[in-house]
Amino acid sequence: MLELRHVSKTFNKGTINEKVALDDVSLKLEDGDFTTVIGGNGAGKSTMLNAIAGVWPIDEGQILIDGVDVTGLPEHKRAKYIGRVFQDPMNGTAATMQIDENMALADRRGKKRTLKWGISKAEREEYAAMLKPLNLGLEKRMTSKVGLLSGGQRQSITLLMAAMNHPELLLLDEHTAALDPKTAAKVLALSDQIISQDKLTALMVTHNMMDAIKHGNRLIMMNEGHIILNIEGEEKKNLTVEDLLRKFEEVSGEQFANDQTLLSKR
Amino acid sequence: MDITSLITSLPPSVSQGLIWGIMAIGVYITFKILDVADLSVDGTLSLGGAMAVVMILKGVPPAVALVWSFGAGLIAGLATGVLYTVLGIPVLLAGILTQISLYSINLNIMGMSNLAVSIDNYNLVVSLRNVTAAILVTAIILAVLIALMYWFFGTELGMTLRATGSNPNMSRAQGINTKTATVIALALSNGLVGLAGGLIAQYQGNADVNMGRGAIVIGLAAVIIGEVIGEAIFGKRMNFALRLVFAVIGAVIYYLVITFVLWLGFPSQDMKLFSAIVVAVFLAVPYLKQQRATSFSRAGQAAKKYSAEAAGDKEGSENA
Repeated sequence: MLELRHVSKTFNKGTINEKVALDDVSLKLEDGDFTTVIGGNGAGKSTMLNAIAGVWPIDEGQILIDGVDVTGLPEHKRAKYIGRVFQDPMNGTAATMQIDENMALADRRGKKRTLKWGISKAEREEYAAMLKPLNLGLEKRMTSKVGLLSGGQRQSITLLMAAMNHPELLLLDEHTAALDPKTAAKVLALSDQIISQDKLTALMVTHNMMDAIKHGNRLIMMNEGHIILNIEGEEKKNLTVEDLLRKFEEVSGEQFANDQTLLSKR
Repeated sequence: MDITSLITSLPPSVSQGLIWGIMAIGVYITFKILDVADLSVDGTLSLGGAMAVVMILKGVPPAVALVWSFGAGLIAGLATGVLYTVLGIPVLLAGILTQISLYSINLNIMGMSNLAVSIDNYNLVVSLRNVTAAILVTAIILAVLIALMYWFFGTELGMTLRATGSNPNMSRAQGINTKTATVIALALSNGLVGLAGGLIAQYQGNADVNMGRGAIVIGLAAVIIGEVIGEAIFGKRMNFALRLVFAVIGAVIYYLVITFVLWLGFPSQDMKLFSAIVVAVFLAVPYLKQQRATSFSRAGQAAKKYSAEAAGDKEGSENA
């Protein structure tokens, strides 16, 4: 479904701030894989997601989605294949537009936008039906500006939007990190539900080891721009935080020194 | 201070305000929807005027000449859009570059700095000789334009412009080419400003290379005054068409205020200064209000009671 072949990216090349963010990264996701991505700060987790989404061009390598080489496509053209949820809840929706308008924008991702009316009555009902199971009462506030909603509400809507029309790939970039623990758990549960229901192929970056272990059928760990661990199948099911820390030390030869990750072991 | 002279000067201010209302709708598109201040409009307004007068003198019907004004404005906006999105020039500077280039271009179009077109020889769309007709015609044009804008910004394409202004990151993630959307918005805005310039030239019977100087300030004043008044009456929940109507009302009020201030005896050379102050005040008030709610001097004042408390505690413990 998704294939990265020897992808490299260096930021600020030739300056004192030069940073090799991705170094010869290769990865292959099968159809329906739900892969969690874990690693310390600056390990390259978000960079990998941004490379896939086409936020900037990569220096080296090839990216294929469903067999299509998207390496040369800019962000807005790749959007056809990809649904995305960002860390900042403000980032995934247009604050000055209504809930139904935001969903209509997402519904037309990858389609040609014409001079037809931007949202139909049937669509509005369809969107309300999609919002209802969230139990946030949003289906009664379809014409409210998204900017009036809380971070958790916005992130839930963004998630629905990202999953619309069954994207080839769902990218979740620490999408619960900015939420309070209770809301984060809800949004995470919703992510699980949508991914399994729609059988989506997903990549979820998290800094929470427990979340990385509990969710998905596959786990990859990144360090200094490399994928250093790939755990799947039975091994993934029986994985514990202690296993993960030990494996990290084995592979990298260093202690897993990241307070944020260690503190969120629970 | 003759009250009748004020009253007789009110209808012309209304007609002028309505024509500038078209310009205000153009400014609304960039300033409120796209969330950028586009300074090309000073040049575009003169361009629209120059285009209209030159085409009329060439024998083009005055109404058709307005299409040329609109088209010329559209191209000017396209230029700003390309400078901004393709060449990476900051939008303020891109607007200034277009504006300055247009000064030369407008002189070339007209062949001189001022070109007259008389209602006696041509069947102009609007003229200050017949203010009632001018008000009526402009009101009809405005109604059509607002309806068209309401429709366009409700379409799939129009919604990409609003999304781009609201959240460009999200827009790209949803497959919107934000550069294209930005260029379309700038072109459309400048097209409307060009159209306004064409009408203004016909209204006053001439086009002048300097007629657009400070137009952005008038446009902004109209948009901001209109918004303040609209929200005072209808609250935040105004629909798009109503917001455009209030931008037009803002322009009319602006001209009424100017007329009133002139009638009070303010020297006319100070009007641009006055306009700039009005815009500065309207832009500053919301910011200052927010600052007042949470400021260092307030926090500092409030903090003093804790040093008093601490001093009291100390005294208390010494007495004990």
